Amino acid sequence: MNEEQLLYAPTHEWVHVAEENGERIATIGISAFAVELLTDLVYMELPEVGKELIQGEEFGEVESVKAVSPLYSPVNGQVVAVNSELPDRLETLSDDPYNEGWILKVKLAGDAELANLMDYPTYQKQCAEEG
Amino acid sequence: MSTLPAPTPLYSWHVEHAGRMVDFSGWSLPVQYDSIISEHKATRTAAGLFDISHMGRFYLRGPDAANVLDRLVTRRIANLRPGRIRYGLITNEQGGILDDVLVSHLEMPDGQPLFLLVVNAGNRDKIGDWIRQHTPEGGAVEICDQTAATAMLAVQGPRAEAIVAGTLDSEVCKLGYYRGSVTTHFGGSCIVSRTGYTGEDGFELIVPAERGLEVWQALCRTGGPLGLKPSGLGARDTLRLEAGMPLYGHELTDEIDPFQAGLGFAVTLKDHEFIGRPALERRRLTDSPQRVGLVLDGRRVAREGCPVLSSGTCVGRVTSGTFSPTLQKSIAMAYLAPDCLGEAIELGVDIRGRLQSAQRVPLPFYQRVRDASKNHAFSSDFQGSTR
Repeated sequence: MNEEQLLYAPTHEWVHVAEENGERIATIGISAFAVELLTDLVYMELPEVGKELIQGEEFGEVESVKAVSPLYSPVNGQVVAVNSELPDRLETLSDDPYNEGWILKVKLAGDAELANLMDYPTYQKQCAEEG
Repeated sequence: MSTLPAPTPLYSWHVEHAGRMVDFSGWSLPVQYDSIISEHKATRTAAGLFDISHMGRFYLRGPDAANVLDRLVTRRIANLRPGRIRYGLITNEQGGILDDVLVSHLEMPDGQPLFLLVVNAGNRDKIGDWIRQHTPEGGAVEICDQTAATAMLAVQGPRAEAIVAGTLDSEVCKLGYYRGSVTTHFGGSCIVSRTGYTGEDGFELIVPAERGLEVWQALCRTGGPLGLKPSGLGARDTLRLEAGMPLYGHELTDEIDPFQAGLGFAVTLKDHEFIGRPALERRRLTDSPQRVGLVLDGRRVAREGCPVLSSGTCVGRVTSGTFSPTLQKSIAMAYLAPDCLGEAIELGVDIRGRLQSAQRVPLPFYQRVRDASKNHAFSSDFQGSTR
């Protein structure tokens, strides 16, 4: 996936929306910037398939040697797939955060909340400010 | 009221080398350069270089220096021979720990004795006041806070000796464990000691602040080819945790006594009067929560404050926890109620509302294999051992 064409939440999750069999499916991950900030990942917890997510609410957590960070859903919808290999291969998050490092696929409940997300240039600006 | 954290003499080097700077007890120091785990592993397998200039450094001189310290520290200092170092506690009248410290009895080139007291950064003002408060009026002792005037560096790991030999000289490497000496290096005086806070062999150096960068760079040059990695506070914390060493503000506070903390080996009651002694004689015989090591199932990390449960009842709290890079396990230190110290008692740690089962294990979690051919006669001085 091309990081410049993704949408971003202020909490550093990325979203890619595509049509699949007439459904709007969002693929979700965390940005390279966030992974770089976390470093030394040791543990990740993901939701079950079928779970309903609400934008801005916690859906899992990622833990590094230093601290634990909640993962927040950037969209509303139902989890239809989970990258279950990821917790055993956390290095994938830093090696390939936008492809192999995807976390969830979510069937979107609507489109409206996508307007709350940032495009790449806006997100880059936020990262620069967080430095 | 917030003041900017103070830069150590190596501040610019840290920033230029991508150190992630944080405010630690009023000092700006790197948590890490690239990764805590790679820095941790470098110290365990080769060597790590740490800027520990934040540690408080008091120099005590004069005929009464040893006696002043003898009354303030839980170990005997009056009989500490030149060149020797002791780990001890400073306790208040109630026997609570004000700080854990290293006292070195050094000999200056002119033959005069110098007592060096190294304290935790966050306790420096408190201990400075405490010493002055408890120094008899007109006592023949001069107390000097040399923290800002000096830099302090630690080289830790199995290759520390080779690196220090190559950077200073091979003579200083003959120092045994918990021995120290004043040497002349880098055009000035330098305090070298064989001490550390990582569970590895290693050295700590104190040099004039303006020489700090030069010494740091020289160590990097010699050590680089041997696998030495500059390392931050993050690795310092995971290393000391694996080594079962307490950290003030976490495992140690002024409400905890040395016996609870498993530091009874650092309290000398025989022929030794010191502040806190009467209280400690009582507290030694009291059942109170004890510091223990826990290994948790799974990879979630127990953080400070997490409740420890037994049969649904809270029996203690975690004081520090991390994911051990060496053991590849979630480890923690905690204080547990005296009736829950049995090995067979089932324990769990409540991590953000979910219970993770845990086993009590002896401390330290990690102990290096010692080279029997070296002189480690006093190697038991700090093993972080506790029952």
